[in-house]
Amino acid sequence: MDLHVVAPLASPAERDAVDAVLSPLIGPPASGWHGGVRDSKADGHIARGGHEARSHRDLLIPALHGIQARVGFISQPALAYVCRRLSVPPAEAYGVATFYALFATTPRPPLVAHVCDDIACRLAGAEDVCSDLGRSLGPAGQPTRDGRATWLRSPCLGQCERAPAALFTSAGESPTSFAVAPIDAAGIVARFDAPRIEAVGPVAAPTPDDRLAVARRSVPQAGDDGLRILARIGRIDPLSLDDYRRHGGYEALARAIALGPERVISEVTDAKLVGRGGAAFPTGRKWAAVAAQITRPHYLVCNADESEPGTFKDRALLEDDPFATVEAMTIAGFATGAERGYLYIRGEYPLAEARVTAAIGAARAAGLLGPDALGSGVSFDIEIRRGAGAYICGEETALFESIEGKRGEPRNKPPFPVEVGLFGKPTTVNNVETLANIPAIVLEGGAAFAAIGTDGSTGPKLFCLSGNVERPGIYEVPFGVTLRELLDLGGGVRTGRTIQAILLGGAAGVFVGPEALDTPLTFEGTRAIGATLGSGVVMVFDDTADLVGTLRRIAAFFRDESCGQCVPCRVGSVRQEEILARLAAGRPRGSAADELALLRDVGQAMRDASICGLGQTASSAIESAFRQPGMMSL
Amino acid sequence: MSIDPILFEPPARPSHPPEAPLAAEVGAVELTIDGRAVSVPAGSTILEACRAEGIDTPTLCYLESLTPVNVCRVCVVEVAGARVLAPACSRKVEPGMEVMTDSERVRHSRKLVLELLGSSVDVGLAGPQAPDGSIAAYTERYRADPTRFGPSANPAAADERDAREAGHHHAAVGEPTAATVGQPVKIDNELYVRDYSKCILCYKCVEACGVDAQNTFAIAVAGRGFDARISTEWNVGLPDSACVYCGNCIGVCPTGALMFRSEHEMREAGTWDESAQTMTDTICPYCGVGCTLSLHVQDNDIVKVTSPMDSSVTDGHLCIKGRFGFQFVQNRGPG
Ligand SMILES: Cc1cc2nc3c(=O)[nH]c(=O)nc-3n(C[C@H](O)[C@H](O)[C@H](O)COP(=O)(O)O)c2cc1C
Ligand code: SF4
Ligand code: SF4
Ligand code: SF4
Ligand code: FES
Ligand code: FES
Repeated sequence: MDLHVVAPLASPAERDAVDAVLSPLIGPPASGWHGGVRDSKADGHIARGGHEARSHRDLLIPALHGIQARVGFISQPALAYVCRRLSVPPAEAYGVATFYALFATTPRPPLVAHVCDDIACRLAGAEDVCSDLGRSLGPAGQPTRDGRATWLRSPCLGQCERAPAALFTSAGESPTSFAVAPIDAAGIVARFDAPRIEAVGPVAAPTPDDRLAVARRSVPQAGDDGLRILARIGRIDPLSLDDYRRHGGYEALARAIALGPERVISEVTDAKLVGRGGAAFPTGRKWAAVAAQITRPHYLVCNADESEPGTFKDRALLEDDPFATVEAMTIAGFATGAERGYLYIRGEYPLAEARVTAAIGAARAAGLLGPDALGSGVSFDIEIRRGAGAYICGEETALFESIEGKRGEPRNKPPFPVEVGLFGKPTTVNNVETLANIPAIVLEGGAAFAAIGTDGSTGPKLFCLSGNVERPGIYEVPFGVTLRELLDLGGGVRTGRTIQAILLGGAAGVFVGPEALDTPLTFEGTRAIGATLGSGVVMVFDDTADLVGTLRRIAAFFRDESCGQCVPCRVGSVRQEEILARLAAGRPRGSAADELALLRDVGQAMRDASICGLGQTASSAIESAFRQPGMMSL
Repeated sequence: MSIDPILFEPPARPSHPPEAPLAAEVGAVELTIDGRAVSVPAGSTILEACRAEGIDTPTLCYLESLTPVNVCRVCVVEVAGARVLAPACSRKVEPGMEVMTDSERVRHSRKLVLELLGSSVDVGLAGPQAPDGSIAAYTERYRADPTRFGPSANPAAADERDAREAGHHHAAVGEPTAATVGQPVKIDNELYVRDYSKCILCYKCVEACGVDAQNTFAIAVAGRGFDARISTEWNVGLPDSACVYCGNCIGVCPTGALMFRSEHEMREAGTWDESAQTMTDTICPYCGVGCTLSLHVQDNDIVKVTSPMDSSVTDGHLCIKGRFGFQFVQNRGPG
């Protein structure tokens, strides 16, 4: 490949940022061609590229993260330097950089507040926060007077239980990033003014009592007896491997190795565990399919992209019990014959990322990851990859593309990931919560797990309760609990208020009315009423909530998050947003009924003809609201 | 002083042997299409099976010589038992498959795809292969009415779409118009123009510029969602980009978004007249490869050069010399 790189030289800071990421992995620039000092010895008539270059392509996004964190935006010279280092054509790298919302390709102040204006935060006054910020700081994206900071609107940050939320990113020599929730405009401005922004970052809760109290803000049940997935949340020091082991950690891996891969897979199959990431695919079947592939290597991917609006359970698991994911990934890798696992975590989860990075390091140091895990000859290690602001990268094949250093554009299926997945190899993808169930299945057996819940939906389930309820948070219940019972756990709606609607499954889910309160929260129960559990979102809208505004926000979300590949979703999501806006403004083209018919026409084409689940579900929640008698008055 | 040699040892060969090629697929697959029993070679796509049966299937992003990207979705068909429709252009046939190419769902999705494209892109010249306007026939067949979404919004200013950032669009506020990709034509060189208000984002030009033909990688898809666009690095003009002016992107563009400057100017002047054109095949005089050139001639002037898609030498692709180096033929200066 003949790279054509014309940009001027990257600044020392930019080159340092790139080299800090790349040099430990692929060494310093090998030649002038690679962005180093020109040296006639190394730069003679030698062809570059080919396999060597392609094998490093997956480092493109980590390198872009490096620049973004150091400089605050990606300049043309900086991108050109990355292109030389990795032999990536600049046009392609530009296509990647402009795909991800957390990468800026125009100058941006180092300090940015990403202010969530998504559905749960709207219910908690996010629009007021944004208009206050507009008054005190100027419009979104405009630098503050000292040029040091700016604010931007953001889709759901996965902090909905403490809405409204904001994520701060501070670029520089020691970059930081942290979420604060709840927060108001004054809080955001105060953090801009704090002389050392780092000082207000989250600190590990020092005492066990504090820890429990902090955990309870997101997991109200933390510390209760009888919890399975959430058992350790708030009870252990998330940074301490010893603490994890004192609470039963790593017993399951030892047991799995004693059982052998086939037995582990048959226990998972007997458990009737299905994926918790949204698609509800039987995990045992997936594992068996990958294990049976003769093509090597196999890969394991833990999907921690968690970007479905209203979903925040994986965040809590990774923040407060990170070793559990590391252990479960090791078991899954062992069972499916993978020696390398990737944990793909959304870029908006800095604390979870820091905790799980620490956990991987500690596990490696203790010989629990690496060429000879637990001294048993099992070889498995984990690499973390950070997303960069793209909901679509939670879709498994888009996630592969992203790990491979490309735009997060889903692949057409078949072939399915179990045959052709990450780097074209057989790959198991599992959600964080799916994996969180694995240790118990290995220790207690599949039959014991299958005895929990209902016939069609086995085991415990996490629900992300948010919106207009007294105690929003993550709740663990056995499958079969009704919607009403879950709401009661969360204290119900505030006194004097009534339920207008409940959103099940997130933006890709379905609105139901109060008459659905006695529906059991199972896959079969929700299916029976035409709804879905999706990723476990239960968002409550009381009689004060602005449903039309919510629907418009959902439409805007899909319009923003569509990857843009296929026509039904790329254009359909725009038309859907336009129709809703016209209805909301009381200016329908023709009658309101005409507009609704058009909306349904667009919805059906998106559902039937889109490449991936994003387009296929982009009209789901919106159409469901109009189907509910009396829910929408337009 | 020692002089560094210029030629060096090649890097060590890879230690592992190359992977064996996949065994060729053999045998036939039996399936039904629209109720008819059909038998096609294993590994065929549904589109190939349809064509063998004489079933006309619209395509926009598909081209025999390029890797299928299956993004336009105008070719979708219904496969019995499947939750969603399948792209005929890339889905392989399977034994016992029951394919429906004209069901209610298929007609609906094809119609909507044509309407969504027609309402957001200038498809006046678009056809499945060369820009020939044949999308109009499909629009009629499926009774697609792109105006259902309202009149087109005003086109964007030059380079405005190229500056849009992922995840930060201006939300619709209830205007009566439909957003489009409208924008001024990019004219930055003597050889060809890029009119992205005609671009349906079929990815063909990117594939032709990349691994499917040219391996130059001058253009790629940038941005996201409705703001996705074909772009050079940082939207620089073609002369500053990696483009080598092979024109292979023009050769595959199905919408006329990429066009010879000569054709563009004649169309602007209203003098472009395909009915008055002849096409003459010849062999490129420049080098020993011997590419077939098709010279499109109007009023005794070469107005554009293509190469037949089925040419075994070119697959339709050329280089700058064969594509654009024809001026000397018609240099009719005095003397
Ligand atoms: C648009 C879209 C977004 C998705 N986002 C996520 C996600 O954030 N986390 C996740 O685990 N699965 C997500 N999924 C589902 C994954 O594609 C995949 O089914 C899942 O990770 C498989 O794991 P599981 O079987 O353990 O659920 C998403 C799917 C789509 C279509
Ligand atoms: S459905 Fe949407 S997100 Fe999925 S591939 Fe198509 S455009 Fe991309
Ligand atoms: S003319 Fe050739 S090199 Fe230039 S963009 Fe088109 S295909 Fe790429
Ligand atoms: S410019 Fe032409 S070939 Fe390229 S994506 Fe657009 S329509 Fe397709
Ligand atoms: S954090 Fe704002 S909606 Fe989820
Ligand atoms: S021709 Fe099949 S999807 Fe475009």
